[in-house]
This record gives sequence, C-alpha cells and structure tokens, in this order.
Amino acid sequence: MNALLHMVSAEAALVGALITPLIGLVFISLLDRSPDAREASTLATGLITLLFVATIFVAVGEGARPSLTLFEMLPGLSVSFSVEPLGALFGLIASGLWLVNSVYSIGYMRGNNEKAQTRFYMSFAIAITAALGIAYSGNLLTFFLFYETLTISTFPLVSHKRDEKARAGGRIYIGILMGTSIGLLLPAIICTYWLTGTTDFVLGGIIAEHVRPTSAWTAILLCLFAYGTAKAALMPTHPWLPNAMVAPTPVSAFLHAVAVVKAGVFGIMKISLYTFGAQTLQGTIASDIILYIAAASILIASAIAMTQDNLKARLAYSTVSQLSYITLGAMLANRLGIIGGSTQIAAHALGKMTLFMCAGAIYTAAHKSLVSEMRGLARVMPYTFIAYIIGACSIIGLPPMAGSWPKFFLMLGSVDRGELILLVVLIISSLMNIVYLMAPAVRGFMDPPPESQGTEIAEAPAFCLVPAWTTAIGTIILFLLMGDLVRYLEPLVAGL
Amino acid sequence: MLLDDLPVLPVIVPLIAAPVCLLFPNNRVPGIFASVVAAVSAILAAMLLTDVATNGPANYDLGGWAAPLGIVYRVDIAGALVMTLVATMAALTIPYAIRGIEKDIAPSQVSAFFAMFLICFAGLIGVVATGDAFNVFVFLEISSLSTYTLVAMGAKRDRRALTAAFTYLVLGTIGATFFVIGLGLLYQVTGTLNMLDIHERLVGQDNRVVRAAFAFIFTGLALKLAMFPLHQWLPNAYTFAPSAVTAFLASTATKVAIYAMLRFLFTVFGFQFGFMDVAFGMFLLLGMVGMFVASLIAVFRDDVKTVFAYSSVAQIGYMLLGISFATPEGVGAALVYVVNHAVTKAALFMAIGAVVYSIGSQKMPAFRGLAKRMPVTAGALIVSGLALVGVPMTAGFISKWVLIRAAFEATLPIPSLFLVLFIVSTTLLAVGYVGRLVWEMTLQEPEGQIEVKPVPLAMMVPMLIVAFLTFYLGVNADGLVSLSEAAARELLNTGLGTGGAN
Amino acid sequence: MFEFILERYNYWIVIALMMTGLYIVFSRGNLVKTLIGLNLFQTSVFIFYITVGKVVGGTAPILLGGHSDGDHDDHGSDHGGAHGESHGETHHDAALSADDAVAAVHGDLVNELSPGAGSSSHDGDHTSLHHEPEGLPTNSLYTGTSEEHVPDLITRAGSADVPHADGHGADAALDQLYSNPLPHVLILTAIVVGVATTAVGLSLAVRIREAYGTVEEDDIEAIDNKTLLAEVVA
Repeated sequence: MNALLHMVSAEAALVGALITPLIGLVFISLLDRSPDAREASTLATGLITLLFVATIFVAVGEGARPSLTLFEMLPGLSVSFSVEPLGALFGLIASGLWLVNSVYSIGYMRGNNEKAQTRFYMSFAIAITAALGIAYSGNLLTFFLFYETLTISTFPLVSHKRDEKARAGGRIYIGILMGTSIGLLLPAIICTYWLTGTTDFVLGGIIAEHVRPTSAWTAILLCLFAYGTAKAALMPTHPWLPNAMVAPTPVSAFLHAVAVVKAGVFGIMKISLYTFGAQTLQGTIASDIILYIAAASILIASAIAMTQDNLKARLAYSTVSQLSYITLGAMLANRLGIIGGSTQIAAHALGKMTLFMCAGAIYTAAHKSLVSEMRGLARVMPYTFIAYIIGACSIIGLPPMAGSWPKFFLMLGSVDRGELILLVVLIISSLMNIVYLMAPAVRGFMDPPPESQGTEIAEAPAFCLVPAWTTAIGTIILFLLMGDLVRYLEPLVAGL
Repeated sequence: MLLDDLPVLPVIVPLIAAPVCLLFPNNRVPGIFASVVAAVSAILAAMLLTDVATNGPANYDLGGWAAPLGIVYRVDIAGALVMTLVATMAALTIPYAIRGIEKDIAPSQVSAFFAMFLICFAGLIGVVATGDAFNVFVFLEISSLSTYTLVAMGAKRDRRALTAAFTYLVLGTIGATFFVIGLGLLYQVTGTLNMLDIHERLVGQDNRVVRAAFAFIFTGLALKLAMFPLHQWLPNAYTFAPSAVTAFLASTATKVAIYAMLRFLFTVFGFQFGFMDVAFGMFLLLGMVGMFVASLIAVFRDDVKTVFAYSSVAQIGYMLLGISFATPEGVGAALVYVVNHAVTKAALFMAIGAVVYSIGSQKMPAFRGLAKRMPVTAGALIVSGLALVGVPMTAGFISKWVLIRAAFEATLPIPSLFLVLFIVSTTLLAVGYVGRLVWEMTLQEPEGQIEVKPVPLAMMVPMLIVAFLTFYLGVNADGLVSLSEAAARELLNTGLGTGGAN
Repeated sequence: MFEFILERYNYWIVIALMMTGLYIVFSRGNLVKTLIGLNLFQTSVFIFYITVGKVVGGTAPILLGGHSDGDHDDHGSDHGGAHGESHGETHHDAALSADDAVAAVHGDLVNELSPGAGSSSHDGDHTSLHHEPEGLPTNSLYTGTSEEHVPDLITRAGSADVPHADGHGADAALDQLYSNPLPHVLILTAIVVGVATTAVGLSLAVRIREAYGTVEEDDIEAIDNKTLLAEVVA
C-alpha cells in the first residue's frame, strides 16, 4: 500500500488527479449505450482518482507541497495549483466519498429507474474535477474558476427530474450560487488583487501587509468572501441548500453533504488562513461579525430543522447548521478553532453522508420520505436505522463517533477566544441536534407501525446498506485516528 | 520594397480584387478568390503590426505627395492592431461565407456578395490606415454603403433584412453626414486635413467652431459605433443580415468606428477643453446605461441573433467606459476589449450561422437540445458564450480584468469601486442571457425530429479557429495586453501629451 | 445683431436646409420621402463646404498665365457687394510675394464672413467664430495649393492649352485671387458618396416595394408585426 502511494511523484499525481475524471468523462459519454461498461468506467475512474489523491495526501503529510501552473494569462494572474494539508484533506474526502457514492448511485439510479443516467454520471465526473480543483487551487482566481465549474456542473444534477419542482429548485440553486459568487466573491477577489497585487494563497495571509486588520476594508472583504462563497450556506444565503433537495438522493448525499457545501466552507477556511491569515483575523471586529452570524446560523437552522417533516429537508437544514460550525472555527482564528473547523469538514462529511444514504435507503425500500410516516419502520429495516443512528450520533457529537472531536475543539476554541456565549450556543445546538436527528430513529424503533403498513417493506437492498455502513464505520475509525489528523493539520496552525 | 508599401497594401489589395470578383461566375470561385485576397491582406497586416510594434509608426505618402499636402497613410500600433484584427476576421469569415451564405442569399448574387464583402473590408482597413481626416469619411462610407447592401442580401431568408438595411442606411448616412460637417468646421479652423497637422494647429483653441466641430464628429462617430442610445440600427441589421455578414460586422464595423473615435478624440483633438470632458462624461454615463439596458433587453429576446446583437450594444458600453477613463490603461483596456469582443462575437455568430444552416431557424426553440444534435457547434457556442460572460481562461475575462484594473487606477467622477461593482452586476445579466441559451442547448430535449444538415467543413473550421482564439486569448493574454497598452500610450502621447487627461 | 445674422446668411441657408432635411427624414413614413429628406440634409453640407472654400472675390482656382478674365465675375457674384470688393482689393494690394499672397488667401478663408474685417484680415477684431489661430505657420499647404495642386487641377479640367506651371510660374498668377479649391474637391467626393447612398437607398426602396407591396413605413411595420405574431403562434 505504502509503495503504491509512492509510485508517482506528488506533482505527477496532481496532474493525474485532475485529469483522470476528465478522461473518465470521455469514456462515460462514449459508453452511453452500454450502462454496465459506463458504470464500470465510473468506478475505475473513481478508484484511479482516489489513488492519485491519496498519493498527494501522503506526500503532503511528508512535507511536500506539490504545485503546478497551468496557464499564466498575465503577470500575477494565473491558473495554478498548490497543495497544502487542508486542501489535501478536502481532496481526499471528496474523492474517497465519490467512490463510495458511485457505488451507491449505481444501485439507486437503477433501482429507481432514473432517466438520463449518462448525463448524471458525466456531471458527477465534472463535479469531482471541480472539487479537486478547488481543493488544490493555488490562488483565488483558480479557486473561483473551479468554484463556478462546480456550480454549473451540479446544476443538471439538481434539476435532474425535469419537473416543475426540480426546475424551480434548480433556478434557486443556480441563482443564489452564481449570483453571490459573481456578485460578491468576484469583486472580493478583484479588490484583493487591487489591494495586494496578487491573488496567491500564502499561509499567514497577504492582506495584512497592505491593509490594517482593523480597517473597514478588512471587514468589507471578509463579508464579501464569507457571503460570496454561498456554498457555505451562511444565513441568509442558505435557501439554495434545502431547495437542492429536489435532486436524487445520491446527489444530495455526495454534493450537498460533501463536495459542494464543503467546497464552500473549505473556501472560507482557506481564505481566512491563506488570504487574511489567522493572526490578522484574531480579535478583529470583522471576524466578530461573521462569528456571530455563524452562531446565529447554527441556532436558527437547527430550529428550522426541528420543524421539517421531510427527512431530506431536515438533513439539509442540519447541514446549514453544521456548516456554520466550520465558518465559526475559521472566524475564531485560534489554534483550536482552526483545527476544530478543519476536522469538522471531515467528520461532518462522513456523518452526513451516512444520514443521506440512509434516507435514500428508506426511500428506496419503503418509498417514505416524511419523518411522520416512519413509525415502526426501523423494526423492519433495522440495519438502515442503526447506520442512521451512528451517523446521527456523529453529527450530534457523541463519542466514539468522529463528530465529537471537532465540537470539543470548537468549544475549547471559543473559551480561548473568551467568547463564552459561543460555548453556550454550541451546547444548545448539540441538544437541538439530538431532538431533530434522533426523532426519526426513535419513531422508527419505539412507535408501533401503522396498521395500514403492509408486510411488503423489507430491509433496504445491499447497494444502499453497504455504502451507508462504510461511512458509518468510517466515522468511528476517524474518531480513533483523530490524533493523526490533528498532527497532519498542524502546519496550518504553526505559530499560533 | 514591399515593406515600404505595407501601410497601403492591405487596403489596395481587396479594393482592386473586388471588381475582379464580379467577373467570376456565381459558384464557389469568387468566394475562394476573396478568401485568398483576405488572407493576403491579413498576412500583410500582421507584418505591418510586427513592423510598427518594433520600428514605430509607418508612413506612406499616397501618390508621392508628402504631408500635409498629400493624403498620407499613417499606421501606428493602435492602427496596426485594429487592422490586423479586421483583416484576420475577414480572412476567417470569408471562407466561412462560401458555404454559409448558401441559404442566406440568392444564388445569382454570390459574386456580387463577395465583391461587396471585399469592398466593405477594404473600406474598414482604409479607415484604420489613413492619416487624413477626410479620407476617413470616404472609407467609412465605402464600407458603410457596401454593408447596407450586404445586410439587404439577407432578404432571401427574411424580407425584414430590407427594412433593417434601409434603417441602417438612413441612420448611417446621418452619422456620416454629421461627421463630415464636423470635418468641414475643422477645416475651416485649421485649413488642413492631415490629422497630425490639424492637431498641431488646433491645440489650445477652444472656440465655438472647434466645439461645434467636436460635437458633430463625436455624434457622427457615436452613431456609427452604436453608442447607446444611438444603437437603433444595430439589432435589426445584425439579426437579419446573412450570418457570415453578421459575424464580420459584429467583429469589425463597430470596432473600426471605435478606432476612428479614439483617433479623433486623442490624435486629432487631443487636448484639454470643456467638450472633451463632456465627451468622456457621456461615454461613462451612456456606456453604463447602455451596458445595463441593452443587457436587460437581451435577456428577454427570443431570436438568438437579436440577443447577441443587443449584447453587442452592451459590450460597446464597456469599451466606451475604458475610453472615458482617458488614461493609457483605460484606453488600452478598451483596445483589448475591442479585440477580444470581436473574436468572441465572431465565434458566436458563426456558430449561430451554423445552426441556421443546419436547422433553418435562429429562434430559441431551434437551439433546444443542440448539444445532442450538433455537439461541436454547441461546444463552440458554449465556449464563446462563456467568453462573452467573462469566465476566467477565456478572452472575456481578460478584457474585463484589464478594464477593472484600469478603473481602479483612474481618477473618476464616480468611485471606482462603484464602477467595478456595476461592471460585475451587468456581467450577471450576461450570465442571464448566455445561461438561458446554454440551458436550452444542454438541458432541454430537442423538439420533434427535424432533419439536421451536417455543417460543412468550410464553415466548421473557421468557426472552430475563432472559438479556439477566444480561449487562446484568455490563456495567453500578455502579448495583446502589452501591445494594447503600448498603442494606448502612443495614442495619448501624440494627443493629450500628458499621458492622461484627468 | 441684425447685421451679425445677415452677414452669415449662407450659414442660415445651410442650417435651414439641414433642419428641413432632418425633419423630413424623421417625420415622413414614406421611404422615398425619407430619402429625399436625406438628400436635402446632405445637400446642406455640400453648400456648407462650398461656403467654406469660397474666398470673397476669388475666382476659380485655375492658373491663367498672368491675366484674369471673365471667370472672376461669375465667382465673385456669389458673395457680391461692397464688402467683398473691399476684401479683394486689400489682398490685391497685399499680394506682393507668393508667400504673402497665400497667407492672404488663408486669412480670407478664415475671415471671409467676419463683419468689418475688411482692412485687417490677419489680425485684430475676430469674433470667436472667425478666430484665426495665433502663430499659424504660413504653411506649405497653401503654397502647395497654388504651386502644385492648381496645375494639377488644370490638367484634370482639360485646359490643355495652359502650360504646366512650375513654382515660379505661379508668381504671375498671384495677382489673381482664388477660391480655395480643396473644399470643392472634397465636396465632389461627398457628392459622389451622396449619389451612391441615394442609389443604394432607392434600390432598397424598390426591393422593399417588391417584397412588401408598399413603401409606407407604417404599413411595413404592420406587416412585420403580423409576421412576428404568426411566428409566435407557430
């Protein structure tokens, strides 16, 4: 294994990781007529990409910083990549879960007889390239370019069903994401370039040398960036996320628990570390503003989640809330905050993916999507619901699931920053999580099944269960490996 | 010897070739002949550009009469740049037209079509090459008159081409006449027609005649370059002209008018006086209004050619914005914008022309499911559409980037940041109309089973070359940007002298 | 004030023609009438150019080999009046050398409409419309006008019996005052352009008549709207 991961140099792996999905894309489109070969090439692409990404991950862990300049359009303006620990982590999560999700999608799409499957897989392949491009971007411009690519490539997935509802959801999705990115993120990038003369990501930030941390410019830029990356679903730019739930479940699972939303929070984390610099943000009013907005987002989104009857909508609002944890961590800008936020990217991805795949499994097996309809359901499909509980516990933050560590770090980070009120927010949020995430499981196990429920409902098929259990077990493994992950991320907080 | 004649050759070659075209029968021969002529002109123009970029402005005394008495051709970097642009676009659109006009114009008009095309081309090059103010008018009219007939030739497919051409003729003639009145007044003041000579004698004069001359020339050229709200002739002319003509016009005619405007503002007048500031203020204001209103109209149009015709009006606003800064960076940005937008629009209209050729309609519904029916054309449309929006790694991004950079560096009557936000928000409107087309092409199912004629290679190749250019100029922009900035610096130095007005 | 207006009567004609032409273009729905308006508009410009080039008392710029003839009257009558004559005499007296004469022609060119400028066309009381640029070089263009262009014109005009004059030969002609030929030549070009425009416009009108059966803009618009409606319905 170790030898396999050192077979190619990190630079070559970088090229490979970015190109493989595109090559896969060609195969997928050519194999339109034979679904089996098409799915095989999807899986093969996923596997090869994962190998490349893992190679990069290992190399970065060993101190390498592979970089690559694709084009230099004008001096100081280029499309280039440069990998650091945070990006390597995000890349690994994205491509690893893509592979899991591909298995799941194949079962789900076939099981539910969805149309236009070739387009579905093609869009997925572009989306993963875009996600990797974001993860490895070496400057703001590259980040923006792939950020937009991700939005556009996932749009066909969101409006996959083509009915009026899917179209309306798709319009809101692309409207909010493109509107904010072009309207806010792009001006922010332009201002940054204007102020600093560069858009490169440099650890420790590039702003501080040119603008006083306490000046209005910093605050304006931070707000532009925070809301420009609307994929982070910071309130009030969150409505795209619940609306994107019209998409097929694998899309929600992968994109709206992992790739798209994580691209947003990864962006916020990366920009605060590499454009502003943690030291710049520490204790500025600018970061305070976003900090409190994030805290408010956590509570409000949790409150809304409690009112949602549709399980996917409930999970979507839960995602809005959980994403703000990461924004919160980035804005705390101290050692524990950054570590907490970064590990939350990984922990939440695993946990939320499990939950979505369970929701999809319930829909596939029982055709039920409302929480109120799930009475007694767990009795007939216990494996699905146990996986669900594991995922839910991780999100809530109960050991021995991965989600517990980030919450712990963030709470300590809040105390470090002297914001005790945030500590209270985090605790209340966890309590709310218990209520809205555990309700379906409790209902499923405790309540008697309705009399109308026939016996035709059985345990979900294997293709749903295996990926769900993979990620569920993943949350437990990550709990155990958290020490290593924190060490891996150490370079991000060196000197803080 | 050839090198000495370079400034005049790109004009002379097509001008002489045009009547020859008429001698050919109505088959593919005139098209091939015209293509060769345009290619020769393009090569000559490119040679001139490299020559001018290294050795400074090239002069040529027509008929051996020296300046300021004779008509002098004077090509500086800006001129050579625009000339190369026009010639390259002609060299790409004429081969495209050989097959592209099959459905658009009557078979009996083929050789006349190419003759007109060459005359139009020669006229446009002439405007750029000449250093004589009245000569500008003559060449402007040579190109305009042939343009009217070219637009009218679209009548085979849609008779509205005739009314569009008529409107264009009336407004174009009014513009040209305004221009020539201005020239008369200038002559009255200075007694010369050589641009540099006029400038020399004009500097510092600020009286009623000079002001009237300026106002007439400004308005006349503003009409020709379709500055909002003087753009009324443009949308219909672009919509109903044969696609190859639209591609050529959209990429050259208004661009050459912008060049003429630059020439008169900075080389001929080129000194500070009240009306100059008014002109820059108008560019700023009307440019912004045009950017917004025309983009908004474009979002709601159903005819794809009309959509992009309005988009052209909006994009002209961006170029005027750059000029209004009156700094080397701003004018340089405008020149970059001119080139990049020309390439982008040529690619778009060529691709639309291919759709018209294959499916027979230019309305939105014809584009439904195009990605499946004609993947290559759809790809070219998407790439150039993205370039129009200004997505990074396309030409459009570079032009907006340099424009924004110039906006930050210039001292403007309104805050630069506001202007930048405005540019960005109008970009969102562009996302609207391009996005709508892309949505129809990729995510909608084609309506019914129409027979799709395959696009001939002679159309496909030029289209793909231009589409590739939109990408190439977005990736390797350094050359163009530095050339444009050198051109702008030269323009402003001969004129305003200070390197910046405000 | 009244005098000020009267002095510029030719400009008023130009303006009146221009406005009439533009008004016709914009107000008439008939395409042919629009073109007539356009023509009128252009004609006003021709007259404007001729006005610009006219030197009061000047004759056609033809080299006559030392003595003037009847041509003088023809051209002089354009402006006529005592004012014009006084102009002519002033320059006649002043025309001592080639350069001076040329400068005088130029002065006239700029000042021909200046009220009361009869005695001092080079300096003094210029109104803003007739301001002569200070320090204007006595430039080669005007020298050229008499020395080079003029002979050229003659050959073109076909006066074959006039010998081709060189620079020195011009001296003989200098007691003759010329109108500035350049605007006239320019306007010949503009007339050609105008004729071409009219031709294209009229042929377009013919084609429109063939295609629509009418040359009334309102009717054409109605027909187009009907087409548009049919397209939408289809």
